[in-house]
Amino acid sequence: MRPRYIPNRGINLDYLMWLFTRISGLGIILLSLIGLGSAMYMGARLQLDLPTVLRWTFMPNPSHVVNSNIPDVTLGWATAFWQIMQYLIIFFAFTHAANGIRMIVEDYLGHTFWQPFVRALIALVWIGMVIIGIYVVLGSAY
Amino acid sequence: MAYGKYTGLEGWLYKGSVTYYAFALHRLTAMGIILFVGVHVAASFSMQQVLGTWGTTINTIYESWWFQIIVVFCVLFHALNGFRVATLDLFPRLLKYDREAVYLFWGIFTPIYLLTVYVIVTKALSGG
Repeated sequence: MRPRYIPNRGINLDYLMWLFTRISGLGIILLSLIGLGSAMYMGARLQLDLPTVLRWTFMPNPSHVVNSNIPDVTLGWATAFWQIMQYLIIFFAFTHAANGIRMIVEDYLGHTFWQPFVRALIALVWIGMVIIGIYVVLGSAY
Repeated sequence: MAYGKYTGLEGWLYKGSVTYYAFALHRLTAMGIILFVGVHVAASFSMQQVLGTWGTTINTIYESWWFQIIVVFCVLFHALNGFRVATLDLFPRLLKYDREAVYLFWGIFTPIYLLTVYVIVTKALSGG
């Protein structure tokens, strides 16, 4: 591990991302609890197995539950509300992850010639994953 | 731990160990989640677009019961420990109870995780 660069005090990108990591982390926990609680309310205990519950909890996409014992996904499971929830979770989770991997990489890489390239690569992967996420939400037939 | 020095067993048992292990495991589980979710997204995308059978193979591994035990550890640890970190950082007055917060975290994490593993294993053994 390299000695760490200490960012300046005050409002800058490092501070904002530090704050975003905390808030998005709490946000993901809240969104997951809403997803899990709603699934249980809609009868998940009898209709889903554990992996399906987990997949629904972290990505409330109808494709995640369509192959389970739910009689009709369009009743409650595939609505505009869950589409908004998916967009929120995609944005929070991928941004949280991209920033987290940037912090881990830069702890080992330090301020070198390669830093801007690594940042650009991570930003590219982040944008790509968000686009795939939006495609998945819009591409779900329900 | 001293930078660039071999500290042996005492290095692992030094005074800050409780919070340091939480920090190290937080990073480890973070990379685990990114790996699992990234591979799962790529595999599901390949299944949807019918790009060969490798996506189905990977998703079969992803959904197997023994793999779920690892995924649940990563997700539950990262969520609960992240909640601890966020709470302490947003309310810095609580930072003096840092070690106690880690003990509280393990006290909450352990029963939830063991119960989940129990459910996964009994379901797997009964063929559920």
